[in-house]
Amino acid sequence: MIFNNRIKALFLRHIYLIKGSVPRVIDLIYWPTIQIILWGFISKFFSINATSLNYGVGIILSAAVLYDFLFRSSISFNMLFLEEIWSRNFTNLFVSPIKISEIIISLTFASLIRALIGVVPAVLIISPLFDFSLLDLGLGILPLLLNLYIFGISLGLMVSSGLLRFGPAFENIAWSSLFLLAPIGCIYYPLSILPDWLQFISKLFPLVYIFETARGILLTNSFEYLNLIYASLINILYLTISISLFYISYYTAKKKGNLINIGE
Amino acid sequence: MYLKSMKDDSVIKINNVTKQYDNVFAVKSLTLELKKNQIYGLLGPNGCGKSTTMGMILGLISPSIGSIEVFGRNIEKYRTEILQKMNFISPFIDLPKKLTVEQNLKVFGNLYNVNKIDEKIPELLETLKIQKLRTRLVGELSSGQKNRVMLAKALINDPEILLLDEPTANLDPDIADFVINFLKNYSLRKNTTLIFASHNMSEVDKLCDEVILMRSGKIIKKGTPQGIKNFYEKDNLQEVFLKVMRS
Repeated sequence: MIFNNRIKALFLRHIYLIKGSVPRVIDLIYWPTIQIILWGFISKFFSINATSLNYGVGIILSAAVLYDFLFRSSISFNMLFLEEIWSRNFTNLFVSPIKISEIIISLTFASLIRALIGVVPAVLIISPLFDFSLLDLGLGILPLLLNLYIFGISLGLMVSSGLLRFGPAFENIAWSSLFLLAPIGCIYYPLSILPDWLQFISKLFPLVYIFETARGILLTNSFEYLNLIYASLINILYLTISISLFYISYYTAKKKGNLINIGE
Repeated sequence: MYLKSMKDDSVIKINNVTKQYDNVFAVKSLTLELKKNQIYGLLGPNGCGKSTTMGMILGLISPSIGSIEVFGRNIEKYRTEILQKMNFISPFIDLPKKLTVEQNLKVFGNLYNVNKIDEKIPELLETLKIQKLRTRLVGELSSGQKNRVMLAKALINDPEILLLDEPTANLDPDIADFVINFLKNYSLRKNTTLIFASHNMSEVDKLCDEVILMRSGKIIKKGTPQGIKNFYEKDNLQEVFLKVMRS
């Protein structure tokens, strides 16, 4: 018999796990949905804007690299935080005299190193393979990268606040938060591709302005300074909120006793 | 920041502290004064409030009511300054496994602003007889070796107060004995106050100057090991523990 009890046992073990956990079911639904939405909007962009096809490689590649830089910055921050939980070193840190501000600053710089280690080789590979260089964006890329980095750190701080407050159970949010931003952040297509109601939400994130600026440089060789100002202002707001959230989570964790048993 | 030099010789004052989680009282109206250069044993069954008390002394847990002063300052307000002179060891926490012993100690040496860390590390490793482990990854060590590395981490800043939560749990009797003797000598040599939570009564008897018996978040008796044995008319702390907990 093919389906003996041992096969059934292991099968049941995983079915019980799925049945007993709503977050797991949501996680299973989440990824395909995000992928389909993202690629749906990309297809729409190229189908209604034929001239963009001439710059297709440049647009997609520059967006992919810039998005990856954002992704690495944010995930690196979360990973560094999760490392301390996974290695059960978390309590050691909090019984040392380190200040919360010092934790934030050191993780911010360590994230930059991790992000650069990940992204620089990708940038170098693009040029010989696809005859496109990110340097084609000129010096204007520097403020864009800085804005992406600050937004990545803000997201990292928000997710780490959740980890601090709710423990490793919050880990899945760390992974999924950035993928949600890919479709609504207008990374691969302009804002006008989105339905009106979604455009309103997108404008609440700095990504729209950053990626619109990058596309402007590639398509029309123009640099939208106003977009950069919007992105910077929104970023300052997000950074302030995320730092405050981190402090609030720290004090809540102290009240709840999470700092002594996190990861157990 | 300068920490107040206490007029008396107490280093920790717990003033009527209560810690409540929802409807559960982990610690209830606890008042306690711990003096310099003494070794204290916190005894009690699981869930009696030992770890919560330690957590509050370390500033990891905020009391619901009351305050804790360490070196004459409130731990909630002067956490950074106070923790500079304290340290903690517990089998429930670990060091990063992918870092070598030396890398770990360098990280913690920097966290505690230790001067001449490159001289301090070999000195500590020699004292704990683990020089050969210097370049080994922490993840590759046996629990006995790891315990001594954790001890090195806990002593990296020459703490004036050292809190030890079951420091000999999971250790074989030989290494456990080494750790207990080491701590006793260290405390005498460096005038360090030790606060020691354990379920091993013979270790507590051997190591501690004073024993604090806890149950249901309260102190039920405090005194020297001999004084406590006399009070309960028992020959050893194990019997005292059983009598108190079953009464």
